[in-house]
Order: sequence, then structure tokens, then C-alpha cells
Amino acid sequence: MSRIPDVGLRNRRAVPLPSLPDEPIDRFRSAILESVRDGCRIVSFFGMPENGEETRLIAVLADDGAGQLAGLTTVVTDRYPALTPDCPQAHAFEREIAEQCAVRPDGHAWLKPLRRHSPDHRPARRAAAVLDPADHPFFCIAGEEVHEVAVGPVHAGIIEPGHFRFQAHGEDVLFLEIMLGYQHRGVESLLESVDGARAVLVAESIAGDTVIGHAGAHCGAIEALARSRKSPRAQTIHGVALELERMANHIGDLGAIAGDIAFQPAAAFFGRMRGECLNLLMTLSGNRYGRGLIRPGGVAFDLPSAMADEMLDRLEALDEELRPVAQLLFSNGSVQARLEGVGAVTRDRCIELGFVGPVARSCEVPRDVRHDHPYGIFRFAHIPVAVAWGGDVHARAMIRWIEIQRSLEFVIDQLNALPRGELRVPCGPLQPDGFVVAMQEGWRGEIAHVVVTDDRGGIRRHKVVDPSFHNWTALAIAMPGNQISDFPLCNKSFNLSYAGHDL
Amino acid sequence: MFEFLRARLRQGTRTTPFPVDRGELPERFRGLPVVQPPPCRDPQTVPSSFVTATADGRPALDVGACLFSPEEAGCTTAGTVTYSRDYRLASSTREGLVSTTAEIELAQALERSARRLFGRSLRLRSVVAGSCGGCEAELVALGNVVFDLARFGIQFVASPRHADGIVITGAFSRNMQVALANTWEATPAPRLVIAVGACAIAGGPFHGSPEIGHPPGDGIKVDLYVPGCPPHPLTLIDGLLRLLDRLPATRHRDSAAETRTSTA
Repeated sequence: MSRIPDVGLRNRRAVPLPSLPDEPIDRFRSAILESVRDGCRIVSFFGMPENGEETRLIAVLADDGAGQLAGLTTVVTDRYPALTPDCPQAHAFEREIAEQCAVRPDGHAWLKPLRRHSPDHRPARRAAAVLDPADHPFFCIAGEEVHEVAVGPVHAGIIEPGHFRFQAHGEDVLFLEIMLGYQHRGVESLLESVDGARAVLVAESIAGDTVIGHAGAHCGAIEALARSRKSPRAQTIHGVALELERMANHIGDLGAIAGDIAFQPAAAFFGRMRGECLNLLMTLSGNRYGRGLIRPGGVAFDLPSAMADEMLDRLEALDEELRPVAQLLFSNGSVQARLEGVGAVTRDRCIELGFVGPVARSCEVPRDVRHDHPYGIFRFAHIPVAVAWGGDVHARAMIRWIEIQRSLEFVIDQLNALPRGELRVPCGPLQPDGFVVAMQEGWRGEIAHVVVTDDRGGIRRHKVVDPSFHNWTALAIAMPGNQISDFPLCNKSFNLSYAGHDL
Repeated sequence: MFEFLRARLRQGTRTTPFPVDRGELPERFRGLPVVQPPPCRDPQTVPSSFVTATADGRPALDVGACLFSPEEAGCTTAGTVTYSRDYRLASSTREGLVSTTAEIELAQALERSARRLFGRSLRLRSVVAGSCGGCEAELVALGNVVFDLARFGIQFVASPRHADGIVITGAFSRNMQVALANTWEATPAPRLVIAVGACAIAGGPFHGSPEIGHPPGDGIKVDLYVPGCPPHPLTLIDGLLRLLDRLPATRHRDSAAETRTSTA
């Protein structure tokens, strides 16, 4: 991070917006490229309108090893030289800037619509969009024996909508292009315009299986800007809910992966056990996904000791049931044969393209916000980072099993030792002209909510980065070289969020 | 081989006795909202279009627009709102979800000719049109060993061509308008339409966004509305069984009872 001066930007620590180094575009560009070459990673890179005519670009970089963040900004008008040719992990961010802000990143090799909507963060006095939402030409491989397979947006199962365009030679996939945007609901514009009470409900609904993840990041940003500090009790309840969410989803994913290889016992048993975790969240918050719990300043519901005791009994029963089923799955030779070597992502490509979460950890890239940029309860209770090798479906399944066990231990430890404190502290007015990055290790990986306030302390820009925004590309690069019939299995092994990407 | 049998024996039967035996959901479960007049002098801000008025100006609650958040309870212009533990929320009409008292118009059975077709075998096609994914997760949960929707003859199918009806989740995003229209048209008549979740009924948390609220054509006639954010699997089963007139007579009183038996 030597290229960008450290202004004290850390996870959930607000700084004045003017304190971010403001450079001309060529210096902005080279500073980012050099930092990434030195091992930093782009957390977010987005635009917002400035004085009606121009677009302010802001980049947030992470030095995971040092636990530091760096922010950098510049102002452009209608175009700038793209970073992507020299820094592939910027690719989706730059498509988003082109679409949202009507600014063209010159030289971007894959400039197509991302979510297929008209610019909603364009300067008021600027006219034309850069991209036509209806114009998404698909990459085609020519050849008499090559055929094209289109899947979606409506898929065979009960699943969110997305479009997958395969170029295949017989059963072998040569290329996969993914087109999303079907779940675009206008989340960022809503977060920037509705009042605080409604904004947290929108944040809970960014991705319905990641309520605690996104609500936690949103509230973390608000709390930092209000200089509000949650009590130890609130932080612990938040951590318990986050880890229960992680467990529920990972257990569900193991069941779904088992289902896709027709291993019915594990599919049936894990499917039920996912519900046990959701029911624990319902006991705590009244809702199976934890809606209503995470609020700015803390949590809306307490976890009294009688409830903690009941939850501990249920977790103990769950623990006893999970292990034999995992053993049944992972020790089975035909399961291993089906999962190993399928849908592999290499460590190098992971680093090059900036993947996060279990996808990264399954190819030996140990990124985890709880460890690298600790916050809340994770500053005091450390969950060892799960790492696996191979980057294939088997590794991604194994990572989930390891994380289920680690989260279970964590939740049991916390329920046995809940600290005191108020459930919710007041969250007053937000600092004007402020800038904050709130990161959360959601169960799919790093969630980032980047919030900028205006001179009255109102929300000027609320950028949401779901882990799927980074990781959808992983599915696209994992498929070539595999059989097309393995697509559902690969898709489930990543289990990315369409809604989280589309906002 | 034996380890599978052992595992199966160990797991036992986990299917919920619902609907024959209807246990209670946990204490904090937010079910049907009920309003107690008089209107509050100092109403708090309620973050949705949940509190509304009837055509003749009486204050009412629109359960279809309810997000079931803790903040929607409390002091409102319609009166004091609290959540009961009643999971029965589905209605056959949009108006049936607007309530001036403690009750909504619960779903009515389809007419006899439709029940003859679908009563014992209902195949549904799910279409997601701008959702957060929560409602779909609960639809998927309906297929697990606990809720086991298939025991009622209700199943989700892979193609609209195989379906008797479509289940719509999501707030009708602009980008799904064409695909939703195509899927509905591809479903052979007679066909049902079931709207699941606050988004499909009234936009949910996203109401007011220009990117949502784009139903295909002149709109689609809906046969069943299931409120919730997301609706609990029992709410979904209850609604579907009412539609098919398959809800068995209950052995115990249906009420927000005192016993805290968690239903899995």
C-alpha cells in the first residue's frame, strides 16, 4: 500500500471525504495498478455525480496482510483510460461505472451492460448513456461442430433468474458467458433516498439468504458515521446470528451438492438440518432469516439465558447429527469421484480476478474479513480461517464442512459466555462529508458497504458490493473444460447470489 | 450399504404433523398483524404502505404490503398494531388482505371444476421476477423432509409446459417482464397464478423503485396471495391447501395458543 497515503481508513472507521487523496486520473490509475501489483486487492471502485457535470471515481483497496484499507479518488468527465487491461479484477467495477455513471472506460475489452438498466448515478447535466441495456452481444465461437446452449433466465428449479450462454463441442464446454441483471430492483438508489428506518429493511432484502450479512454491513457503516459504538452484548448477538446464517447456508449447500450428484441421503438429511439453523434464528429474531434483528446501534432482540440454554441443547443435538451425515458424504468413493477435479479454479486466477470468501479459501487464498479486518466480536473471538486445496467442487464442499464446524464451536462458546451491555445504543446524526467502508464476512465472502455523506450528513452515495459481484466470474472461468451436464453441480458449488449481484 | 440403512434408521421420520396437528410457532414469530383502535395521537413513522384506509376512509392494515418487521408494530394512525402468532395469511383476493379488524379473508377453495383437476395433483412452475431470494428459499424448503409438500400431491416442475400454474415471487422487475410473460403464456390453460411474498403482492421493501412494478401486459389475474417476508413454509402450505380444499378439520383449536411448541 506504499503508493497510497494512509489516512486511517479501516473497516468501519469513518474518515472525512476530503482526506482521501484526490489525484488526476493518470496518477489515480497508476497508484491503483502499482498497489495491486504489490499484493493489494480492489474492494470497491465506483462513481458518483459531482457538481452536475462530472463524475467522482472512488477506489477502495485492501491490504489484507496489514489489515488496512486505502481510499483514492479522482474526477472525470465522460471517459478515462480503463484499468482492466492492466488489472483484470477491475473488470466488473468498470462495466458498472459505465452503466451507472455514463462514463466510458476506454480500452475495456468487454464493455457490455452489467445489470441492463439506464444510468441512475449520472451527473444531472450529462446526456447520453454509454451502454444500451438491450445490446448484449454474446461471445461466439465459430465452427461447424460448435453449438450454442442458452439457459435461463427461468431455470428448471426454484432458483433466481440469470442467463448462461455456453459454447460447446459435444458435451465439452468451450466457453461460458453469464448475463445477469434480471433481479435488478434499484437497491442503491433506494438506500440513497429513503429514511433510515426504511433503509435497514432494504439492506435486509439485498439478498434474502444474507440478511444478517448485509444488514450488519449497512448498520456498521451508519454506526461508524454516527460515532456510535455497539455494546459487547450486541456485538456478540450479532456474531451469533451471522454464524448461524453461515451454518444454515453451508449446510443447505452441502445438501444441494449432494442432491445434484443424486446422493439422496445427504440431500435429505442436510436439507432438514439447514431448517434447524433457521429455526434457531427464528427463536432469536422471530424470522427464519433473522430479519428484524440487526439495527443501527445494536440488535432489536435480547438473548436471555433461558433462551441461550435452549439453543445450546438444540445445537448439541445438531452437532451429533451433522457429523455422521458429513462422514457418509465425504467418505464415499463415488461422491469423491463426482466432486474431485470438477469446476476447478486455480490460485493464480483467483488472485488475478479478486475472488473472495469460500471460493478463494478453497484454492489456498486465505481471505477472511473476520481475520484480516476484524470487527465487533471477531476482534476478541477468533475463528480459524478454513483453507482447502484444488479449487474444485470437492474443495468448495470441504470448505463448507470445515466452516460449519468452526461456526458451531463459535456459537456454542458465545452462548456460554454472553457479555453484558445494552441491546441498542442511540445512533445520532451522521458526520457530514464523511466516508466509510463497512466490511462483513458474509457466508459467500466479503460484503462491503461504502457510504459517502453530503454536507448535511445525508446519504450521498451508498455503494453495495456483494461477494457475488467478485465471484460470478469464477463460475464463468471454471466451466470451460468441463462437461455441460456438470453445470448445475458447479453452479451449486459456488452458489452465488443473483440478487446480491443485481441489486 | 449398511451405513446408509443405519443413518436412515437414526434419522427417523421428521415430517411435521402439520396440518393435522398444528403446533405453535415460537414466541417471537411475527404472524398476522392485528390492530386495536383508537388511532394513536402520536403515531410513529411506519416504513411501508402497510397502514392504509378503506374506500370509505376507515383506517386499515394492508397485510399484503406488510413486511412483518418489528417497526411496523406499535402506534399507528389505525390504532395500536401488534403481531399475533397466527401463520394463516393467504387470501384469494387482493382486497381480502386489507383488514380493519383482527382478521383477513382467508383463502377460499377453487371452484369444483378446478378442484377436480388440481385437487389431488397440482404441478407448479416457479418464476422469480425481481426478488431477494428469500421467498424462493422457503419454496425450496417446502420440498424437504419436514414440510414434504409432495405428500399433498403438490410439486414444482421444470417446465411451464408441465405445469398447472405459476408461483410468482419478486417485485416484477423490469428485466423479467418478458420472461415472466413468456412463461405464463407457455403454461397451458386452465392455469393458476399464485403470488408469494410482499414483493409480488405490493412491491415489498422495494415499493416506489422505478425498477420494479412491471407486470407483463395488462397484469395477470392472481388466484392466491400469500403475504410474508418471506412467508413461513406453514403459511405457504396452509394457503395452498385452502385453495384445494384439502385442509383437514383440526383436532385442536386454531388460535395463538399459550403452549410454546416449536414447529420445525
